[in-house]
Amino acid sequence: MIYELSYLILLLPLLSFIVLGLAGMKMQHKTAGLIGTCSLSLVTILSYWTAITYFTADRTAEGVFQTIVPFNFTWLPLGNLHFDMGILLDPISVMMLVVISTVSLMVHIYSFGYMHGEKGFQRYYAFLSLFTMSMLGLVLATNIFQMYMFWELVGVSSYLLIGFYYPLKPAIAASKKAFIVTRFADMFFLIGILTFGYFTDSFSFSFAGDIVMGQGTTPFIEGNMAKAIAAGGFILPTALTLMFIGGAGKSAMFPLHIWLPDAMEGPTPVSALIHAATMVVAGVFQIARMFPLWIEYAPQAMSIVVWVGVITAFYAAAVACAQSDIKRVLAFSTISQIAFMMVALGVSLPGHHGAILDNHAQLGYMAGMFHLFTHAMFKACLFLGAGCIIHAVHSNEMALMGGLRKYMPITHVTFLISCLAIAGIPFFSGFSSKDEIITACMEYSPVVGWIMTGIAAMTAFYMFRLYYGIFWGTENKEAHEHHTPHEAPLTMTIPLIVLCIITVGVGVYSTLAGFLGWGGSFGSFVSAAGTDYTIHFNTQIAATSTVIAILSICLATYIYKGETQPIADRLYKTFPKLHRAAYKRFYQDEIWQFVTHKIIFRCVSTPIAWFDRHIVDGTFNFLAWGANEGGESLRAWQSGDVRKYAVWFLTGTVALTLVLLAL
Amino acid sequence: MVPVECYFVLSALLFFIGVYGFVTRRNLIAMLISIELVLNAVDINFAAFNRLLFPGELEGFFMTLFSIGVSAAESAVAIAIIINVYRNFKNDSVDAISNMKG
Repeated sequence: MIYELSYLILLLPLLSFIVLGLAGMKMQHKTAGLIGTCSLSLVTILSYWTAITYFTADRTAEGVFQTIVPFNFTWLPLGNLHFDMGILLDPISVMMLVVISTVSLMVHIYSFGYMHGEKGFQRYYAFLSLFTMSMLGLVLATNIFQMYMFWELVGVSSYLLIGFYYPLKPAIAASKKAFIVTRFADMFFLIGILTFGYFTDSFSFSFAGDIVMGQGTTPFIEGNMAKAIAAGGFILPTALTLMFIGGAGKSAMFPLHIWLPDAMEGPTPVSALIHAATMVVAGVFQIARMFPLWIEYAPQAMSIVVWVGVITAFYAAAVACAQSDIKRVLAFSTISQIAFMMVALGVSLPGHHGAILDNHAQLGYMAGMFHLFTHAMFKACLFLGAGCIIHAVHSNEMALMGGLRKYMPITHVTFLISCLAIAGIPFFSGFSSKDEIITACMEYSPVVGWIMTGIAAMTAFYMFRLYYGIFWGTENKEAHEHHTPHEAPLTMTIPLIVLCIITVGVGVYSTLAGFLGWGGSFGSFVSAAGTDYTIHFNTQIAATSTVIAILSICLATYIYKGETQPIADRLYKTFPKLHRAAYKRFYQDEIWQFVTHKIIFRCVSTPIAWFDRHIVDGTFNFLAWGANEGGESLRAWQSGDVRKYAVWFLTGTVALTLVLLAL
Repeated sequence: MVPVECYFVLSALLFFIGVYGFVTRRNLIAMLISIELVLNAVDINFAAFNRLLFPGELEGFFMTLFSIGVSAAESAVAIAIIINVYRNFKNDSVDAISNMKG
């Protein structure tokens, strides 16, 4: 068995979490960091080795990669159902392995510099290990219940890391907000899982490899699929939609996105790892995992995914244009980009080509996964770059930046490359994936396609607004004289460079491959049908989106590059209300606050609390009060006077005798 | 021959004298003596009823002997307890040790 070491991928980070968590505080900062980083390097090597072995192995007769389950054991048998724990390797989980371990390793190295001298350095590395373990467990899960368990674990680690600076009030508030909002969404996920398990008698992802389906055949489900279908056609769409709500919470889809911007209170490398590259795409991964069921049983419900995605993408892009905190801009751009992935999965049309799923009709699946991959790399790079800037300026506010290109050349170049990637300029990785998404959208419906093109243009605009705001524009001389910005240390710049190399490398190859029709691009490894899919760009769409992206960048350059920004000021003066609304995120937090506090708390929670306090608690308090009073009144009898006891005993005996005699 | 009722009268008198003594005396030794009186009343009853109801049988007499044996053991234990109480409380009144109720 060639994958027999794969359990180490989960065990090593767990081990380093336990070691650092228990003994970390007794260690030097450097030792603790090295333990975490070394165990993660091993995990990365193992992941790469697994990926290389997996993707170079022979395909099956149908031309797909085999789904391999190296480990699986029943953890909790429960009648017909059973909860398993194990490892499942299929193209998307192996792809996720590579993404998670790469970004996590970069973040581990980067944190050496960024978190240098912080109090709780060891705790930080312990939590990073816990997070990495949970996230890897999530993608390697063999069944939906295991996925749910690790899903909650990533939620916990995210909570712990957002609240890392726990003496600060905003950090605590943000961590609680993130935890509560995602838990609220996860409740629906759990209901979805239980509905699914109840009606199909199975939690297993046994359909994962069965993406190749004969026309009219159904994905294989280990349990009793007939039961679910007999119970009504709405069961599976309902279960899947409920699961999607859970995914939407984790992936910050509108209107459950409110936690992600606040989650930026955590250390910046954590934002890069958890809130940009890995955890927030768990919702996308979940849909990709359940994709065979969506496409077969709930194709109509996929339009929910599409429209939630479209609204989120637009909303987040609009808000990102008006934020002044650089991490908030990146947070909203993350929300917008994840929405792109959601839309991509949603626009996959049900369709078969002969005996197998149609790769072309379901281009969105491949595009969504591709965008997940490229986005993880360039967004992690952007966040780590932002971390370098914050490290240099000691602030998140764009007003204190400007003109930083002179001081921080490496950060400047890597940031620019990542901005070009996210804007969708050819030869950078974002171009290929975003272009495939737009192509898929156009095939689904031209309306969605053009909306997404527009949002892509907004993306290019706000990213370059950010770029010019940080590196060009007016330099805040006063702040910079007081504290001259400097380039970050090597531990921080090397991860930037590595991520940039990936971005450019993937970008150049996939762009050339897409135009020239070479194989070996992303579609060869991950595609809806699992077969080798060669990406061909639709030249018309590619040209349109490139031109639009370049125009947006030019617009941003025109408005924001100069020392003074008359156009931006004039726009601001013309639409103060619009600017204010966008800055305030269109009052989403206030609406949630109103709905929860004024409506739910007042109309639902208060009566329930009253009932609980007065009726439920009252019953038990009354019982306790009665027992107490009874005891109090009886205790006088225990005088300790033996002769009194004897008299009572005698009286009692005589009385009893008389009673017996009378009977 | 003494009529059998006399034994019952004697037994009843002893019993109530014992109970009266147990209830009224405060001295632990006196209370122990009262308990012995009650036990003796019971012993007499056993013997008398054996004679009255089952002449020729011996169970009642055996029970009397058994009871005497038990009461001897019981007084030994009781006296040991009383001595310990006296050592600890410097007192042999039952009221002095009412805080032993716990």
